[in-house]
Amino acid sequence: MPKRTDIKKIMLIGSGPIVIGQASEFDYSGTQACKALREEGYEIVLINSNPATIMTDPETAHRTYIEPITPEAVEKIIAKERPDALLPTLGGQTGLNVSVAVSEAGVLDRYGVELIGARVDAIQRAEDRELFKEAMAQAGLECLKSFRVRSLDEAEKVAQEIGFPIIVRPSYTLGGTGGGTAYDLDGLLNIAAGGMKASRNHEVLLEESVWGWKEIEFEVMRDRNDNAVIVCAIENMDPMGVHTGDSVTVAPTQTLTDREYQAMRDASIKILRAIGVETGGSNVQFAQNPKNGRLVVIEMNPRVSRSSALASKATGFPIAKIAAKLAVGYTLDELPNDITRETPACFEPTIDYCVVKVPRFAFEKFPGVDPRLGISMKSVGETMALGRNFREALQKAFRGLEIGVAGMDLRAEELVNKEEIELELTKTETDRHFNVKYALKQGYSIERIHELTHIDPWFIDQIAQIVDIERRVLDAPRNRPLDLGLLREAKISGFSDRQIAALRGDESKELDIRRERIEAGLKPVYRQVDTCAGEFEAHTPYFYSSYAELDESRPTDNKKVMILGSGPNRIGQGIEFDYCCVHTVMALRERGYEAIMVNSNPETVSTDYDTSDKLYFEPLTVEDVLNIYENEKPMGVIVQMGGQTPLNLAVPLMKAGVNILGTSPESIDRAEDRKHCRAMLEKLGLKQPESDTALSVDEALLVARRITYPVMIRPSYVLGGRAMMVAYNDNDTRAFVHAALNVSPGFPVLIDDYLEGAIEIDVDTVADGERVYIGGVMQHIEEAGVHSGDSACCTPPHSLSTELIKEIEQSVERIALELDVRGLMNVQMAVKDGELYVIEINPRASRTVPFISKATGVPLAKVAARISLGEKLADINPWAMKQPGQWFAVKEAVFPFNRFAGVDPILGPEMKSTGEVMGIDRNFETAYWKSQISAGQDLPTAGLVFVSAKDSDKPWMVDIGRILVEMGFELASTEGTGAELDKAGLPVQVLKKLAEKESPNVLDLIRQGRIAMIINTPSGPVARVDEIKIRSEAILRGIPIVTTEAGARSTLDAIRYVRDRDWDVQALQDYYTAAP
Amino acid sequence: MKKALIALEDGTCFEGRAFAGSGEVFGELVFNTSMTGYQEILTDPSYHGQIITFTYPLIGNYGINDEDMEGRRVYAAGAIINEASPIASNWRSRTTLAQYLEENGVLGLDGVDTRAVTLHIRALGAMKCVLSTEDSDRDRLVRKAKESPGLLGRDLATEVSTQEIYEWPCDNPRYHVAVLDCGIKLNQLRLLSKRNCRITVYPNRTPAHRILESRPDGFFISNGPGDPQGAPEVVETIREIVHKNVPTFGICFGHQLLGLALGGSTFKLKFGHRGANQPVKNLRTGLVEITPQNHGFCVDKDSLDPEQVETTHINLNDGTSEGLRHRKLPAFSTQYHPEAASGPNDGGYLFDEFIGLMID
Repeated sequence: MPKRTDIKKIMLIGSGPIVIGQASEFDYSGTQACKALREEGYEIVLINSNPATIMTDPETAHRTYIEPITPEAVEKIIAKERPDALLPTLGGQTGLNVSVAVSEAGVLDRYGVELIGARVDAIQRAEDRELFKEAMAQAGLECLKSFRVRSLDEAEKVAQEIGFPIIVRPSYTLGGTGGGTAYDLDGLLNIAAGGMKASRNHEVLLEESVWGWKEIEFEVMRDRNDNAVIVCAIENMDPMGVHTGDSVTVAPTQTLTDREYQAMRDASIKILRAIGVETGGSNVQFAQNPKNGRLVVIEMNPRVSRSSALASKATGFPIAKIAAKLAVGYTLDELPNDITRETPACFEPTIDYCVVKVPRFAFEKFPGVDPRLGISMKSVGETMALGRNFREALQKAFRGLEIGVAGMDLRAEELVNKEEIELELTKTETDRHFNVKYALKQGYSIERIHELTHIDPWFIDQIAQIVDIERRVLDAPRNRPLDLGLLREAKISGFSDRQIAALRGDESKELDIRRERIEAGLKPVYRQVDTCAGEFEAHTPYFYSSYAELDESRPTDNKKVMILGSGPNRIGQGIEFDYCCVHTVMALRERGYEAIMVNSNPETVSTDYDTSDKLYFEPLTVEDVLNIYENEKPMGVIVQMGGQTPLNLAVPLMKAGVNILGTSPESIDRAEDRKHCRAMLEKLGLKQPESDTALSVDEALLVARRITYPVMIRPSYVLGGRAMMVAYNDNDTRAFVHAALNVSPGFPVLIDDYLEGAIEIDVDTVADGERVYIGGVMQHIEEAGVHSGDSACCTPPHSLSTELIKEIEQSVERIALELDVRGLMNVQMAVKDGELYVIEINPRASRTVPFISKATGVPLAKVAARISLGEKLADINPWAMKQPGQWFAVKEAVFPFNRFAGVDPILGPEMKSTGEVMGIDRNFETAYWKSQISAGQDLPTAGLVFVSAKDSDKPWMVDIGRILVEMGFELASTEGTGAELDKAGLPVQVLKKLAEKESPNVLDLIRQGRIAMIINTPSGPVARVDEIKIRSEAILRGIPIVTTEAGARSTLDAIRYVRDRDWDVQALQDYYTAAP
Repeated sequence: MKKALIALEDGTCFEGRAFAGSGEVFGELVFNTSMTGYQEILTDPSYHGQIITFTYPLIGNYGINDEDMEGRRVYAAGAIINEASPIASNWRSRTTLAQYLEENGVLGLDGVDTRAVTLHIRALGAMKCVLSTEDSDRDRLVRKAKESPGLLGRDLATEVSTQEIYEWPCDNPRYHVAVLDCGIKLNQLRLLSKRNCRITVYPNRTPAHRILESRPDGFFISNGPGDPQGAPEVVETIREIVHKNVPTFGICFGHQLLGLALGGSTFKLKFGHRGANQPVKNLRTGLVEITPQNHGFCVDKDSLDPEQVETTHINLNDGTSEGLRHRKLPAFSTQYHPEAASGPNDGGYLFDEFIGLMID
């Protein structure tokens, strides 16, 4: 059947900010879908609150709404745009949930919008555990024994029936939020209570445990004719018990016989039919008892997912693109396989390599969090690697992870707790694979390790083979070059040059190993990803390296440039940098250059095979990048777009003879080195907060007094995300410096002048050595001291004078010219008492580039890319691109605190946010309000507000209290703050302290759902336990929480503004075309 | 492990090492793109006379078990692998791949750049080759490969067919099916038996009257190796039985033989279809099945009289014949393997259709 002609306009819902469990992969799938539907001639209406996405570029959809992804906003857009259809399956769980909500509310019926891709009843059957079980039973498939409960009493009864351990799974959540494994009754009641709160329908499922079973996922596609294909099957190296997002996973399956594989294949297709997924991609998860083959269905997702993105990258089959086309009526046999061009998309990819995905964690940012992995996802990113064998792919993945290891190397063992290795093996922590290696070296047998870890013996044997090679390299005489046969064997098994150098005694001699290797003729070849294991000729320029004979990369003689991506997502480096890389690729291609992308992150748009002219899916290390550079011989490499990852490679690459395009590594160093930077600013006559370092408490006291209090104190090497502390006197300094020196002994403590109450400012800019274009000035909402990545900000500045903005711009211009920046630069500044201070200079793409680009209409990264190629700002003329209309854009950060029960959600100098949203409107208040709603802060317009502040904050808190009362809110408070409020004549309900164990205390009210909002500042540098309890309880229950004065004021302004007027949605395209 | 050489008739050589067996073997070099099912593939009699290159690089991971045999031994002449797993990990596994090949005296090479081999065959076609652990003289090996007999015109089916007539058990027999064994995969027998068929398996050279004497309810022609034009007598046997209105079902080689018996012709594909992901369109329903396949020869669908024979299935990759049905006689066949093992089970309905013909 050809595409449908009865629909013309299709609405797509994005997945919003990057959060744990829902990351860049949905920009990848959404962008693919937009492109696919556009090329079919449909008009696309898009809603997504995340500005750092390619899908929200004004060219991607026809009508782009950067608005909160709520049923209310979706309805407003539908009323305005009147789309014919809504495609709910490409925006992750967020998109699916909002679609169900608007459908259930009758909005779709009211406006005659058809849900395509998945019907509501199918979504419900897939998402609702009980309905799912029924459907599986009807299809003759076995599920786990499980019971749905809505109260703790019921939970207790079920526990008696199925016994412990029990898995708790809330309905309708992403990545298993609020779920967990309960080993006893107390644990069960605790987890179940949290899970019910997290669930959209206050319901959790209690389930028998299949801990240690094999975990396998199938990616299935089905069309309206009932054709169904398996795109990829993925086996988890980490067995059941660890969320698949936190597991090392492998494609294709490695330890299933064909009979077992086909049983799962048949079941997968049956499940799609039983659930009623008419068209599109779905993910089905199975568990298999490794002792007897018993197969049970775990769950299915009737939408594209993180796994489908991985499957697409692993096989070359573009699931999201095909899913979009199936949704508008095509059938699989009508669509071509882009890679072979001659065969149809109706087939099952077969691959002739092994793909390994390894998750990346951020526990160091959240001290005190339980580091055990379980059924609730905790990883923040991932890296994928392809190899001709598992060892190669695994080691490449580990070295691409950027956790300081060069593979399963000797350094990896430093992470192992060697004392109690047997106990460690039973734990599911992030270092578990390194534990396996260590245990093998200690002589543990594969069988014993399997018993302790439940990891399939085949995988353990693979690590044993790595151990064997490692031992032989270690034992080889060091006074002569390594035996060529052994070197080849090591390279085939994925050993990096650095890893081999370390085994030869000195890891810094990586380049010597490289030289030896190349002299011996041992160079990697590049293999094509072709969906068909070589059966047909492929046209897709998607490659991975391996040590074998045949090279398929066919370098061209074109003018070409390599772009280094940003590797695995992590806190501080995520989708924003991928956005910049993709824009760079676009700019290069527009200017007629061949763009060669190098990256290892499967979630991204940059690793879509049709983004660049050539894609090398490789780790971002000196070795891997140099290999590609020498193979391709491009005119240069762009390192300024992918964040810190490529920037760290700039100097070693330059030393190895690589031509770095854009700002020179010397200039980068001049900006990043504290001493050089200070000298330069002095030369320009620009102020910097005074700072110095100290190695002892006495020294610190002298420094602090010289700088004058208050001062900011932090360890120079921050390990556990320890908060930067503000010292107001010598006593503070003694305590803090003592603590800081304990955190990183032997390293100096950094002491800066603390600009208390200062306004912080970010500026993104592009320069070409002659002229400077100010991309935008952003005013932070929170005071200086909160990491800029965690702070909300507004552009244009909502409360700075024109003169000050002018001064800021001029200062930035002078810095850019002095540093001879050729491309992007970000400067952080602070204003206090009318004085401007420069805090930090980064001559590279920053996290805010996509936000500024969206907010102003000027694609900064593209402009910068063209400058890297030698073009001039005068010719590019970004000034003419700037949109003339007037509006405010507010960026707000989004945090993963809800994943980490018990963590204090207080902001500090360590960045903790995983993503961001943008609120845009004609006035600041509404823009700010939209940003809060988008970030999940469900701001109330009435109700009880809990306020509590430390002594120094009480004056302004009283003021906030007064405003709240004027606005009709009721107040509740603790004793101290309550007394102040009372003194000011404000009505307040004073609550018991938690320690008093009397009711009602604030936790009681929170749990009863009576608190509408919390405004609370930390009592001191070390928060009290009960404060943390209050804040983390609020986070768990989704109650908005504000922890700074500026944040509180902006929030109240916004509530007041929006409460009194209605708010509206507007497409980016309308902002851009608006006349001034 | 011993070094080994792969020499092709066109002069190309690849290096590897023997992980199982030793010596020198000849065969037609082909590749199979399945990612699972090496045990079924190696024991499939259709691979008699062939050397299989596995495109999936990691083979042997789950070992060898007793249930997934498709023949009574390894039929492939040799196996070429990128990396053979040293251990076998699966609850049903009885032995490792290496041990199993050793037991069967079959040469297995690994450490081979199998993608290089595959792309070579894709470009130049399946060809004669020799694997050797004994001779390291490349020129001599290439000469030996050239001089070895190829598959064209060869009746290999007779070499693998049963020598004796035998019965395959069935718990609750309702139909009697006569099977012509041209190198049958055991799963074809299992699926028929499961559908209440009592089965008599005949050697492929059994004359028609011997088969008809037993008054079978249905007639089944199995898969098998070699050139379907290599045994015109067998084609004649089939023509006779089919024209007696006995419900007939043929698979793979059986499809080719039926095609010939119904007046069509066959030809050799450049490098064949071997894998578990071939898309086949059922022209009657418009639905697509993902099918396991293993064939180098093919029915020329244009050679059949459309008045007499309907093309029921085609391959979506290259448009070749995948299924046919006589318009009047109760006879049909598919080029692909609806019995799977290994590969997807999408075609299982064809066995039901065969039963349906016997009910009619």
